[in-house]
Amino acid sequence: MAKVLMKGNEAIAEAAIEAGCKYYFGYPITPQTEISEYMAKRMPDEGGLCLQAESEIAAINMLLGASASGTRAMTSSSSPGISLKSEGVSYLVGCDLPAVIVNVQRGGPGLGGIQPSQADYYQATKAYGHGDMHLPVLAPSTVQEMATLTCEAFDIADIYRTPVIILADGAVGQMMEPVNIAECRSREVPPKTWAACGHGGRRRHNIINSLLMDPEELERTVLARFERYREIEKNELAFAEYMVDDADIIVVAFGIAARICRTAVDAVRAKGIKAGLLRPITLWPFPSSRILFHSETAKAFLSVELSMGQMVTDVKLACECRRPVEFFGRTGGVIPEPGDVAAKLTAMAKELGCETR
Amino acid sequence: MNRITIVAGHAGAGKTNVAISLALIYAGSDVGCTLIDFDTVNPYFRAADSADKLRAAGIRVIVPEFANTNVDIPTLPADIASVFVTGEGFAAGEGSAVGDFAVFDVGGDDGAAALGVYRADIERAGYEMLYVVNMYRPLTSNPYSAAALMRRIESYSRLKFTGIVNNSNLGSETNAETVAKSVPFVRELSEMTGLPVVFTAVMDERFAPPEAKSVLIMENHTKALF
Repeated sequence: MAKVLMKGNEAIAEAAIEAGCKYYFGYPITPQTEISEYMAKRMPDEGGLCLQAESEIAAINMLLGASASGTRAMTSSSSPGISLKSEGVSYLVGCDLPAVIVNVQRGGPGLGGIQPSQADYYQATKAYGHGDMHLPVLAPSTVQEMATLTCEAFDIADIYRTPVIILADGAVGQMMEPVNIAECRSREVPPKTWAACGHGGRRRHNIINSLLMDPEELERTVLARFERYREIEKNELAFAEYMVDDADIIVVAFGIAARICRTAVDAVRAKGIKAGLLRPITLWPFPSSRILFHSETAKAFLSVELSMGQMVTDVKLACECRRPVEFFGRTGGVIPEPGDVAAKLTAMAKELGCETR
Repeated sequence: MNRITIVAGHAGAGKTNVAISLALIYAGSDVGCTLIDFDTVNPYFRAADSADKLRAAGIRVIVPEFANTNVDIPTLPADIASVFVTGEGFAAGEGSAVGDFAVFDVGGDDGAAALGVYRADIERAGYEMLYVVNMYRPLTSNPYSAAALMRRIESYSRLKFTGIVNNSNLGSETNAETVAKSVPFVRELSEMTGLPVVFTAVMDERFAPPEAKSVLIMENHTKALF
């Protein structure tokens, strides 16, 4: 497929099909409904199934069933609907099932609004389900990344037998940009010997289950899962950097916020302020080691988010109090302007006594 | 009764931008113009976002009554009926006069179903219905899929397209070459459907294909997110 013009939501759907997703379970909610609409139009051509469930809770449990059978499957929603799915997400983890779950975030809490937000950062990275667990969280910043990271998500899910979250937002979901689906890469994934897909009497049956009443057994299972988490932390960390090498102030921002910040970095660089941008692409694992590394040379960090400030706590933890970490953000669906971020950077530079032109 | 232009096509084909551009041209003529935001599908990018700018240009704008508020539900404002009124029913500035232009910006592909409500009125008034198409949209990337979608919108709306608008673009990566590549595509679509290519829409005059008989140079009216 050559370059086409797509909405971010459509790019997720097309990339999922490209990655071999055969089951999509959705329930409409702005600003991600185009994923369902696109899947409904395309899945029949691909011999797949797009099903509008009766609720988000039904959709996540259908996802569990489809994944248990060894096929690639996905669900998507936006913030309020994502909360509804949380029990099922924990069950997916408890069953060691691969799955892709997309959150195109909108403002909250409650029904909130329908405009873009990043206020589900804590939920996605810390506690999307009960129990001892982590989830790989991928944060696309362009429509192209909506596609490439969706393909990545399916591979990561299969390799480590874990649900993977795509944490997007209403802006990247709704905006249209050129995208090349052929840029999606696929990795080798292990055969799904654990799948409950019929055995024809040739092997013992596989059991998919998250209930382990013996504490010793449950502990062993959790420990084994955490071994895989260590592997994910080692192998899957992803981030992008822009002008960080000589930067006095490093902005840390993901998704749509990173694009606003890049413009702001350019603006203050033109005034002689040495700013740079570190964009986490994986929010879990978080690029803590990279932030610690930069704290040797950078004088301060600024976390910019479409929320009241959530990732900022991870930036603070990462640099171990060596450098001041400040926050700038707007919430409720309001998108900060590059000029607002530039003003914050200028004020910080003045306070830090950074040299300017 | 107004002179009706219906702008329809695939979601993301650029209908709103084309509809606003047409309304601005009509507003420059000596008769009035009404733009109807007929987007009951997507609350993110729609003509209602440009309502202030359009009103300032002298265009009468009809948007869903509670657009962009808490009760933003897919309803059609009663005001729409005003464009079908016969006789001098309105004083100047209060509504449309006979012979004014009315541009319907129809959201989404499935959203065209709502047009069916006004089918009888629209047919009585006489209308032009433009199929805005972008060959770089994956679901209308060849003349066959583009024609199939065109027929689907016709069956939803129970109205017939009268012409094609070539709005083929790759967003920020659009150039003369990408537009030129769309010329054979729309020609084939035109031959398949028997509908004329009414104009080619571009945002930069340098992108206008030399073969195109009629070109509309548009501004970008899409709401900037940041």
